Amino acid sequence: MNCKEVTRLVSQRLDRELALGERAALRLHFALCEGCRNVQKQFEFLRRAVRRLGEGGGDGPWS
Amino acid sequence: MSPDFRSQIQGHRAYLLRYASLQLRSPEAAEDAVQETLLAALAGGSGFAGRSNLRTWLTGILKHKIVDAIRRSSREQPLEPDESGDEMGEFDALFKQNGHWVDRPPAWDDPDAALERQQFLAALEKCLEGLPKRTARAFLMREHLGCDTGEICQELGVTPTHCWVLLYRARMALGQCLEQGWFGPGREKGPRT
Repeated sequence: MNCKEVTRLVSQRLDRELALGERAALRLHFALCEGCRNVQKQFEFLRRAVRRLGEGGGDGPWS
Repeated sequence: MSPDFRSQIQGHRAYLLRYASLQLRSPEAAEDAVQETLLAALAGGSGFAGRSNLRTWLTGILKHKIVDAIRRSSREQPLEPDESGDEMGEFDALFKQNGHWVDRPPAWDDPDAALERQQFLAALEKCLEGLPKRTARAFLMREHLGCDTGEICQELGVTPTHCWVLLYRARMALGQCLEQGWFGPGREKGPRT
């Protein structure tokens, strides 16, 4: 699996349960590819960040 | 209802309106959703008694109103497909012919610290506004309102596969936007306070 395909699975992992083979392919790829590991961290961070928009703590434009 | 509670609720109006506008992308629909929220809050003020944070409570009500508004509008006037359709060619430039990275995406330096900064949340909001409508709708339904793929497919009238394409596109575009606008080199982690 190349990086382009892996990034799609990394995204889908947040939206559906991956098949066993897909999970194994991801693990293998992550072991070798720092770029795709970073993308995974970015996608997970986006989830946390967007949830924060609605929490409304702090002061500023979102408070 | 005490006038005090009423004015406390009104104090959150601007925030709620901003929140609804981001998701609904229509000033009228956002205004309606907020209005309904404030009315529901006034009518159900006793439901708030003892809860810690008025804004969190109001936002919770607003989320339901937004989902209702999305349902209504998807029945009456479905969103036009985004121009890019199902194609994912927009990210081709990131990858070589063999599908591997041209430039490896870098690790972001302590992104969670950015969550504490209002300028970062404003930058994120700007990136969200830059997404095509349907892409943004799918992404916010998923990540913000916590809908599952089935629900999103139904409201947008798309297949699960298309839904995953929209979500993928949103994440890739937002990642790039934040890289350019905040985390990338020379940005010094956003504008100085």
